[in-house]
Amino acid sequence: MMMIIVDEVIEHIFDFITSHKDRNSVSLVCKSWYKIERYSRQRVFIGNCYSISPERLIARFPGLKSLTLKGKPHFADFNLVPHDWGGFLDPWIKAFAKNRIGLEELRLKRMVVSDESLELLSKSFVNFKSLILVSCEGFTTDGLAAIAANCRNLRELDLQENEVDDHRGHWLSCFPESCTSLVSLNFACLKGEINLAALERLVARSPNLKSLRLNRSVPLDTLQKLLMRAPQLLDLGTGSYVHDPSSEAYNELKASIQKCKSIRSLSGFLEVAPRCMAAIYPICANLTFLNLSYAAGLHGNALTKLIQHCNKLQRLWILDCIGDKGLGVVASTCKELQELRVFPSDPYGAGNAAVTEEGLVLISAGCPKLNSLLYFCQQMTNAALITVAKNCPNFIRFRLCTLDPTKPDPVTNLPLDEGFGAIVQSCKGLKRLSLSGLLTDQVFLYIGMYAEQLEMLSIAFAGESDKGMLYVLNGCKKLRKLEIRDCPFGNAALLEDVGKYETMRSLWMSSCEVTLGACKTLAEKMPRLKVELINDSDQMEFNLDDDQKVEKMYLYRSVVGHREDAPEFVWIL
Amino acid sequence: MAFEKDLNLDATELRLGLPGTSEESEKQTSTSLRPNKRALPDMNEESVSSDSNVAAATKKSDQEIAPPAKAQVVGWPPIRSYRKNCLQQKKSEAEIGGIYVKVSMDGAPYLRKIDLKVYKGYPELLKALEDMFKFKVGEYSEREGYNGSEFVPTYEDKDGDWMLVGDVPWE
Repeated sequence: MMMIIVDEVIEHIFDFITSHKDRNSVSLVCKSWYKIERYSRQRVFIGNCYSISPERLIARFPGLKSLTLKGKPHFADFNLVPHDWGGFLDPWIKAFAKNRIGLEELRLKRMVVSDESLELLSKSFVNFKSLILVSCEGFTTDGLAAIAANCRNLRELDLQENEVDDHRGHWLSCFPESCTSLVSLNFACLKGEINLAALERLVARSPNLKSLRLNRSVPLDTLQKLLMRAPQLLDLGTGSYVHDPSSEAYNELKASIQKCKSIRSLSGFLEVAPRCMAAIYPICANLTFLNLSYAAGLHGNALTKLIQHCNKLQRLWILDCIGDKGLGVVASTCKELQELRVFPSDPYGAGNAAVTEEGLVLISAGCPKLNSLLYFCQQMTNAALITVAKNCPNFIRFRLCTLDPTKPDPVTNLPLDEGFGAIVQSCKGLKRLSLSGLLTDQVFLYIGMYAEQLEMLSIAFAGESDKGMLYVLNGCKKLRKLEIRDCPFGNAALLEDVGKYETMRSLWMSSCEVTLGACKTLAEKMPRLKVELINDSDQMEFNLDDDQKVEKMYLYRSVVGHREDAPEFVWIL
Repeated sequence: MAFEKDLNLDATELRLGLPGTSEESEKQTSTSLRPNKRALPDMNEESVSSDSNVAAATKKSDQEIAPPAKAQVVGWPPIRSYRKNCLQQKKSEAEIGGIYVKVSMDGAPYLRKIDLKVYKGYPELLKALEDMFKFKVGEYSEREGYNGSEFVPTYEDKDGDWMLVGDVPWE
């Protein structure tokens, strides 16, 4: 007896397959599965908005409800990509609106978002629920007003580190009285004043509110009132946390905070009075995520005392003014720590505030579950990295940044090749790596040999010859994103294995030894790769000599033609 | 990419003058390269005081750029602009009142003082200096510094190095 599985059953089974990778695999099995999968697909992730067009996306996935889109290359975060390079949201929204896509969720990273597209978005999708913008730009609070006013079913408005032109309008007041569905509201990155009374009323009528992150203009006494209304919060970002600790308002805040037994995640403190931190102590034991990376006013004893209360912490983001000693306190308190990010508090300064290899070693010894690190430090040694590799073999993400990009091991004066080599050899699950310090080709030999799971690699001011880059391209089979700046890698490395780039999302090379001629050769050989040459926007002319070194090259795979929105200073070969 | 700091070219420099005299006497800090100032010695002693910010316009032909190790690299350390702007904003808020710096010009008999807080960016500052000292400063470009004038705006940073005005973000 032959059993035939009906399409509906297969579709139902596919409902349980949620990861993008798995759904992509499933769609490749056979034509029938491809068809079932594409009609039932609701969530799509697009890592490079120029790898496909909105029309192609809609054609394949008409049932699209939730989209993640990423625009500019990662190095745009560090001012290496001129403004107006691209990454515009507008054509996507227009296409979705025109084709009556039932969009409900939109998550954008490094995209240019205009007020017009926000307004169109707010009016085109009746069931729109969730807007998350990370590191985006191009919009003002007017666009937010449209979202607030028109999205009747809005659950989530999450703005993370965006450059928003704040018109100090009343965008918050634009949420209608009938809007009671908010679950998550994060406007911490807005610079301007907001209507505090409107905020209080909004929170009061949002019984499902679980996440609230305020901006600097929200004072401590308003915070107290908000917490009274929303003791069910899971995630809180304070605004300005400054008051006189002997005041009535502060006492009321203490009482209100104690009622918030569900808070697991705490951030903000954009302005902070250290003596007011005691009010936070009662909830510290519940915290799993603490982000003090904008709390420049918190250091020394006030900082370490706070941390000593947080023994369940899994993720900690802080400034380097914590110092090596402070990291020692973290190491002895936070035994559950999985992720640590230490940001520079004084990026161009004399380095008095910075941490060194000592702090990192202490952390590695005290926190064996550590699997994700971002560490800006004054210096690093091979010995320290070798110790860290031994103590913490579970790293998935390891990003180290010495403030002087080519600083050698200060004890031995040697490059940091051996240290990073130990990391890649020990951490078999490493997916993301950023290097810094003095580095030769040797470190790349190690990476090519050992970093079998590596998906993303960031390199700056490192290496000696093409061999370095070749070790990586040949060895790292799972490499998806490679970004390189100021390294002596050139044409031989670039052109050795052109097919490799079709297995990757993108390659960025700036201030390297690659010439125009080689880029042209690459573009000719590989029509499905887009090779973009980017001039700094104040230099409009491209030098047409094939031997001329290319200042910035960004190449990415794509299933569509050249993008038509490239500005004058971008030349797509 | 190793750069030598403090090249100490004084020892090998050819110049007219008695051995043991130095045009550099007024500069109290490092022996790194710096432009020759033709202003009167008394005035210059005053100008290189404990005040760590001194702006001086000097002849471009004499100017030698400080070793690149001290120059700031674009995009390093790699932190998001948003975060960098937040830090800088906090720093500038810490300063109450104006930021006054002394300005000296080669050949001028006395120094002036200006409040940096009054200006919103480099173009404004340079225009003010041009008006104050009656000179032209030329076109700025990141690659070549100032083109088209024999005068160049420079300043002494807290390490004691002479830096070209305009490279570092205004904030």
